[in-house]
Amino acid sequence: MEAVLFFVLAAGALAGALGVVLGRNPVHCALFLLVTMAAVAVFFLMQDADLVAIIQLVVYASAIVVLFLFVITLLGVDEHERLDEPHPFQRYAAIVLGAVLLVQVLVVIGNDWATGARSTVGPLDEDGRSGNVETLARALFTDYIWAFEVTAVLLVIAVVGGVVLARRSGRRLPAEGERP
Amino acid sequence: MTGVPVVALDPLFDGGEITWSVFGVVAIKVVVAFAFLLVAVMLYIWGMRKVIADMQNRIGPNRAGPFGVLQTLADGIKLFFKEQSIPSSADRPVFRLAPYLSIMPAFLMFCVVPVGGRVSILGHETYLQVVDLPVGALFVLAMSGLGVYGIMLAGWASGSKYPLLGSVRATAQLLSYEAAFGLAVLGVLIQAGTLSTRGIVDEQAWDGWASFATEWYWAAAFVPFVIFLIAATAETNHPPFDLVEAEQELVGGFNTEYTGIRFAIFFLAEFMNVITMSAIATTLFLGGPSGPGLGFLAADNVVNVWLMPVFWFLVKVLALLYCTIWVRASLPRMRYDRLMALGWKYLIEVAVLWVLVSAALVVAREEGWNVWVVTPIVAAAALGAFGVLYLCMPRPGEHVEEFR
Repeated sequence: MEAVLFFVLAAGALAGALGVVLGRNPVHCALFLLVTMAAVAVFFLMQDADLVAIIQLVVYASAIVVLFLFVITLLGVDEHERLDEPHPFQRYAAIVLGAVLLVQVLVVIGNDWATGARSTVGPLDEDGRSGNVETLARALFTDYIWAFEVTAVLLVIAVVGGVVLARRSGRRLPAEGERP
Repeated sequence: MTGVPVVALDPLFDGGEITWSVFGVVAIKVVVAFAFLLVAVMLYIWGMRKVIADMQNRIGPNRAGPFGVLQTLADGIKLFFKEQSIPSSADRPVFRLAPYLSIMPAFLMFCVVPVGGRVSILGHETYLQVVDLPVGALFVLAMSGLGVYGIMLAGWASGSKYPLLGSVRATAQLLSYEAAFGLAVLGVLIQAGTLSTRGIVDEQAWDGWASFATEWYWAAAFVPFVIFLIAATAETNHPPFDLVEAEQELVGGFNTEYTGIRFAIFFLAEFMNVITMSAIATTLFLGGPSGPGLGFLAADNVVNVWLMPVFWFLVKVLALLYCTIWVRASLPRMRYDRLMALGWKYLIEVAVLWVLVSAALVVAREEGWNVWVVTPIVAAAALGAFGVLYLCMPRPGEHVEEFR
């Protein structure tokens, strides 16, 4: 049962990934990305990582890909993509870096010195009824509170930076009842 | 499978292995939930037309079936047999896909709603809901986020101007209110201390009339309740937030180019969303299926176990749906900038402040601090913070930097 599910979903995830790379239309690519995200979410569910699965759906499927699509449909970049590259070495750098990433993944799969274990299956907390959420929350707000808060500050800085970069010339906000 | 503890907290899966009868129970629940939603949409559209007709001194549908109750069915059959056209400029695969992307989240969201109590089907103890996820409340947020795709892709794939304008407007509205919606749900989660919808309902169990005011979250989390109702109305594109299909401005909005059964599916998804949102509001704030049983029967009588929880659930959902229709009949459509201002300037701020206030109160309760001292201090701090934020907002007519 689990093996059948795994192969069906793996085929779906890979097909989605190939569609993202090979698709001609950016909107179709974004939809293929959605297929991959959904398949990965079910993978997490099969590993009893319910919280990670749902975060995969909330953050990636329903926020990030929506923003991709929003930008694509709003800016209308679906006409012609520029295929000439500004940096000639970009293509070779991408190939080298991709190969490095592949080797890294293969090494991590084969060994357990990087992650501590080959694999972990099952909910984090066996006795608690909603073990994953509670265990994760306890870890975040006790042992890793410093890293957690620093990340929060980093995100706020990113938002403020985005606003600062986006502001342009001054303008008056239309008064009540006035046409802008 | 690895014991399937993640799929549900339902006692149905306590045995650990999935037999055919367990599978049968799950299949029955899925089919019944889907059929229930379809029939509910049919009756809701009929009821809505009748109630609005009453409010406007008209008769409303009265031809098909007794009191016109089959009118929706007749409309559905008519749409089913109509010719389906696809514009030549359309993106055909996405155009075909969009209606189904729109209806899927509406149904999936209903799956985590507890409809009744703990019952026995085919010799298995189980909850009367399709699935009880340990992260049910987050699942609701995920599905309401995925609901954007149908509208957005329908508008884009139509390949013409008005649908695109309608869908961009709709997407901006849905994304804006998603934040207020999530924060309103968070207001309940802090009080309940669990993400499971069944757990939230159990926290609001019926314990005499006092529990109606003290245990149910409509009172304990009144501010999130109001924000949730407003945000849910905006999420479902219901009046007065139906800018998505503002006929006077956009022809018909994102579904202008759709005909026949595909149009019917969008219609179905929209009303299914309204019913699902009412069911979610019932679960989060009105105690779901909890309510008084029939006192003259034993507590384990089949009527008290099976019927009364479902009855109370339906009564609460119907009350919320009636309010939706009432609002629909009485309020005119909001202007777009006011809609955005309401969401970003007020709802999100108030929801964030409420989350902080209720977190402080929960901590105070657990630590045993004096609630009568903590509450005024926290409320004053929240009001002060809101005042500062309010003063920072640009007034109409004031000189501000432009964002683009």
